[in-house]
Amino acid sequence: MSSGLLFACVGALLFAMGIAGVILIGHLLRRILAFNVMGSGAFLILVGLAQRNDVPDPVPQAMVLTGIVVTVAATALALALVRRLFALTGKLELPADET
Amino acid sequence: MSFAFDLLLAAALLWSGGRSLSVDRLDRAIVLFIAFGLLMALAWARLAAPDIGLAEAAIGAGLTGALLLDAYGALKRRKE
Amino acid sequence: MKRFVVGSGALAFAFLLIGALLEPLMEPPSGGVDLRTAVAANMTASGVEHPVTAVLLNFRGYDTLLEIAVLLLALIVILASGIDTASDRPRAVNPILQTLARLAAPLMVVVAVYLLWAGAFRPGGAFQAGAVLAAAAVLLHLTGLLPSWQVPTLTLRWGLTAGFLIFLAVAAGLLTQGALLQYPPAQAGMLILLIEAGLTLSLGLILAGLFLFLSRDPGDDS
Repeated sequence: MSSGLLFACVGALLFAMGIAGVILIGHLLRRILAFNVMGSGAFLILVGLAQRNDVPDPVPQAMVLTGIVVTVAATALALALVRRLFALTGKLELPADET
Repeated sequence: MSFAFDLLLAAALLWSGGRSLSVDRLDRAIVLFIAFGLLMALAWARLAAPDIGLAEAAIGAGLTGALLLDAYGALKRRKE
Repeated sequence: MKRFVVGSGALAFAFLLIGALLEPLMEPPSGGVDLRTAVAANMTASGVEHPVTAVLLNFRGYDTLLEIAVLLLALIVILASGIDTASDRPRAVNPILQTLARLAAPLMVVVAVYLLWAGAFRPGGAFQAGAVLAAAAVLLHLTGLLPSWQVPTLTLRWGLTAGFLIFLAVAAGLLTQGALLQYPPAQAGMLILLIEAGLTLSLGLILAGLFLFLSRDPGDDS
């Protein structure tokens, strides 16, 4: 088993862990953490799987580099919205549906 | 030898990622997430992707961690 | 009861997902396209020697153009979401920390310029250089040497958008070449360096802005 394949498997586990966190956790800051873990898992799968026969592939590497920078912008935007929600409602969870 | 290091790194990634989602205190969760980011930078180095490793160490661990800790501090001050 | 159902449903979904993701890993599909040979074959026409930089700014320059646009958009939305502005709280800062930050910040700028220049032939490039610039700004802010930004001035606005505008101008100027962002091989290296310089400045300012605009929130209702 090459290291590329090993880290792709780790990426699959991290992605599943992150998606379970995004669904199950109500606290919004923790949900942002879970979202980031999910993203890291996806990046590991992309780069690890493309590394066949231990020769790195520059195309997924460039895509992941772009992805990391976009992820930090998305995280900052989510944090700004969470802060705004907290300033307006004093809550750190999304309001339940009115039925 | 290097495969043993890979296995150790994989276990550390899964542990820190899982703990950062499940630990009780939010500040610990954020610090564990920063540690997770640094381990990711190591994983990129092992995957022969030094470009991503550089970016991950500066952005994933540094900037994201600073943003999260800053938000945590602001929310905590506002709560009091 | 509802929480239990949602929890077990999410766990079952996660396990199914793990199974679905691991299955192709064990047995890689055959007949895929190998992009490595395509990249290696076109390296001489790309204008740079490092394959990742060539992919980012030449072969897939389109993605990078959209990426800087997305970053700019995120910053604009953060500014538009209207965080309560207030003056900076003075904080007690260790003078040793301040001195160290004063020493480190110019070095970080030098490192950023080196990374930008090195990107043409070894690991490095605009993204890493921009991240180092942003980290320098965050360091100066945390040691109390740089106040958080309230409203972007005109100069700052030009700096934030310069990378996107230069990239867009180059893309528009080269439309006569046929395809979007298809550089003539002779000038490719120069054009890439020009775009990367703009990207570094703007990325550094945008990433620093994400932190410095957000941290103006004082946290109390004064």
